[in-house]
Amino acid sequence: MADTARDPPPEHTDFHELEDGEEDLFPEPTATEEESQPASLPAEDISTNSNGPKQDSLFDDDPEDLFAEATEEVSLDSPERDVLLSDGPSPAITPITPPTSVITPRIGHAHDDMFTRSSFDEIEEEEGGDSFDIHISVSDPEKVGDGMNAYMAYKVTTKTSMSLFKCSDFSVKRRFSDFLGLHSKLASKYLHIGYIVPPAPEKSIVGMTKVKVGKEDQSSNEFVEKRRSALERYLMRTVKHPILLKDPDVLQFLESSELPRAVSTQALSSAGLLRMVNKAADAVNKMTIKMNESDAWFEEKQQHFENLDVQLRKLHTSVESLVCHRKELSVNTAQFAKSAAMLGNSEDHTALSRALSQLAEVEEKIDQLHQDQANADFYLFSELLGDYVRLITAVKGVFDHRMKTWQKWQDSQMLLQKKREAEAKLQFTNKPDKLQQAKDEIKEEIEELEGKVQQGERDFEQISKIIRKEVSRFEKERVKDFKSIIIKYLESLVQTQQQLIKYWEAFLPEAKAIS
Amino acid sequence: MMEEAKDEASVLSVHGDDIKVTEVLKDGDTLTFLIISKKDRHKPVVSPVFQLSGTGEYHVDRTYDDFEWLQQHLFAQEDVPGIQGVIFPPLPAKPQVNASAKTMKQLGILGLGEWQPYCKAMETFLRQVAAHSVLCRNKAVEVFLTSSAPPGRQKIRKNIFNRLSQAVEEMRKEGHKDVDEFFQTERDRNLVLTSCTKTAAEKFLDMVLTEQKIAVACGHFSAALHLLVEPGEDADKQAFSRVCVKLSEVFESMKKNMTSVAENNMSTLGLGLDLESRHQEAEKEMLFRRTCKLVELESTKRNAEKAKPVKKLAMEEVKKAAETEFEHICRVAKQEITRFEKVRVEMLQQALVQWCEKQLLTAKESADQFNKHLQVFGGMA
Repeated sequence: MADTARDPPPEHTDFHELEDGEEDLFPEPTATEEESQPASLPAEDISTNSNGPKQDSLFDDDPEDLFAEATEEVSLDSPERDVLLSDGPSPAITPITPPTSVITPRIGHAHDDMFTRSSFDEIEEEEGGDSFDIHISVSDPEKVGDGMNAYMAYKVTTKTSMSLFKCSDFSVKRRFSDFLGLHSKLASKYLHIGYIVPPAPEKSIVGMTKVKVGKEDQSSNEFVEKRRSALERYLMRTVKHPILLKDPDVLQFLESSELPRAVSTQALSSAGLLRMVNKAADAVNKMTIKMNESDAWFEEKQQHFENLDVQLRKLHTSVESLVCHRKELSVNTAQFAKSAAMLGNSEDHTALSRALSQLAEVEEKIDQLHQDQANADFYLFSELLGDYVRLITAVKGVFDHRMKTWQKWQDSQMLLQKKREAEAKLQFTNKPDKLQQAKDEIKEEIEELEGKVQQGERDFEQISKIIRKEVSRFEKERVKDFKSIIIKYLESLVQTQQQLIKYWEAFLPEAKAIS
Repeated sequence: MMEEAKDEASVLSVHGDDIKVTEVLKDGDTLTFLIISKKDRHKPVVSPVFQLSGTGEYHVDRTYDDFEWLQQHLFAQEDVPGIQGVIFPPLPAKPQVNASAKTMKQLGILGLGEWQPYCKAMETFLRQVAAHSVLCRNKAVEVFLTSSAPPGRQKIRKNIFNRLSQAVEEMRKEGHKDVDEFFQTERDRNLVLTSCTKTAAEKFLDMVLTEQKIAVACGHFSAALHLLVEPGEDADKQAFSRVCVKLSEVFESMKKNMTSVAENNMSTLGLGLDLESRHQEAEKEMLFRRTCKLVELESTKRNAEKAKPVKKLAMEEVKKAAETEFEHICRVAKQEITRFEKVRVEMLQQALVQWCEKQLLTAKESADQFNKHLQVFGGMA
């Protein structure tokens, strides 16, 4: 199977090729409102943005401008660019064209040598040699502090051979809110330009309260284990994304021994409330945006994800019920084991008594097998399906952002239209003294709006392109993910049966020896 | 009632150990069982009226009520000395369409609606009756097994053998101290075993019910996976669809496995525990009858002692009669207890061995099946 099949060029019917001499695709500093990076692509028209916390200006002016050599305007689907994509050995991950702002190295980050190439694509190729080899584990949950201010600290260990990192084997301590903070940063940077940012594990006030209060019981242990596993999967999913892996926040999260506390993730904080309000506003907006979808691909995909969402939720419920029954079976088996032991004790016939006691022991062992199987059911399938349900929410989110981007572009266009009309009207004004001033003003506004319109169009095309790539990556990862989980699950099933065979083979002679 | 019972051999014209209940037909609330017994060629045919197929087999239809008819006849043999000392083979409770909770509890594993175990339980009942040296002599047994016409439906008068509803008075008698150590020990043991076995049978049933639930859940999951299959030529989509289809097959295998496990449980150890439980109850009833007789005997002794000279002779007669009857009962009871011990251990052993063998086989088959699936997935591009 061709892992690295390239997407066909996007078939935008209203997409016009940038011609030589027109705008730079990656304009120099003057074009945007942000003081930071020259090539701050999509990001924001910060002034009108309501998508969450203000973007950090991580993107400082960098003398080593990545695109210094790329002065030639290149359209998004020019043959030249395409050639770059398919050059050299195919890396493990489908190369995705990122916004350049993202890969600007942070100050202090020692690996400048990575960024001396003229194109990010080549860098990806280079790192094709430094193939994806990173394993993150979350372990050793430890309660820190007492009472309601207590929290769980987790050890995050990274083992890697990638040159992206300073060491090959290192760990840090992180708490849950740190993970939420990381996700929040990544979401605010990447979601609105079309990257599917893996969602962070969910908060649980009930679960955490139990832990804080110090309840050392089965259910709070299970909660901690469930959370630990979820955090691990979250990080692995995040670093599997070739863009996110290189994000400075991610690197800092994995490597830095001290992390500033992410305060705005608190459930009932003002930031939390603000997020809730924004979400509501977004929902309303979504309902009122009627987009002229000119690209059938997007329409089809959106429908597809809607369906997938529904089906996965059903499956998830189904598995949860299976887990429930499995646990019930474990309880029943334990009870039967006890009753068999009692029967064995009350039995006078020696051989029968012994056989019954053995039976009780076998049943106890089988109980343990049921518990292990229930865990496999849960941690493998239930969590996999849950993760995908949540992931699809993120996918739907990027589709929504595309709609918003389109809307913004349309809005700019409408405004431009209005201004042009107003300009035309000016010609017929009878106040010559104010005329020139008004004319100049409007001319300025029109220029500005023209810029916005073009930016809007570019943003729209960019996000569309990125989403296509992301969806393709999602679909590939999905297959890998499911297969690997299923294989683990099957191994657990085989092992259970083999254990059972051992137990039954041991019991048979006992049963036969009764008389 | 046949009297020439000198030898212990069965007087039935069929082989008692070869009786089969092969089928059950349901018609509303009526259950009709098909019973096949093989003619014993060494025995004369009792009457030419009786049905005989060319194969030397008797095929008869009997309803649950017919079984009860048979049981009532066995209970009603008051002229057989010491009959009260017999541990009567227990008849399974009658399955009902909308059974009450109490009935369901009584039925235990037989209430699951699986007819195979139920037929087996009825079969065991008949075999035990046929194998019982005293009971098999009752004409009703021969009629039941060989007559083409259904046995009479007339109700037999009630007797004390019916399921002893524990009136308060009766309960007090149950704890009455015994004069014989053998029996006191047996009563104590039986008391413990009855409750332990009942509990074990109940817990076992709970396990089986949950296993069935798991099988159903796996089936649902397997079906639901097909909804994830997407049409289209896209390589990734096809790959995912393949994964879903294969996973669906895995869960189908899981369902089969669980269903087998539950069936194995039911047909071997489940039945075994159920039978043992009912048997212990039957022994309990017998011991109770004997205890009641003991109480009665002691009371006649007291009466005889206290009696005024006028009545003394009469009271003495009553006392003697009671003594004789009690002796008969004790004699029969001792034999029964010895036989019972042997039979139940054999039965339990057989149940345990069969159970283990079947589960072992199922586990091997499932391991094979899952391994095959594993290979398929491993080999998937």
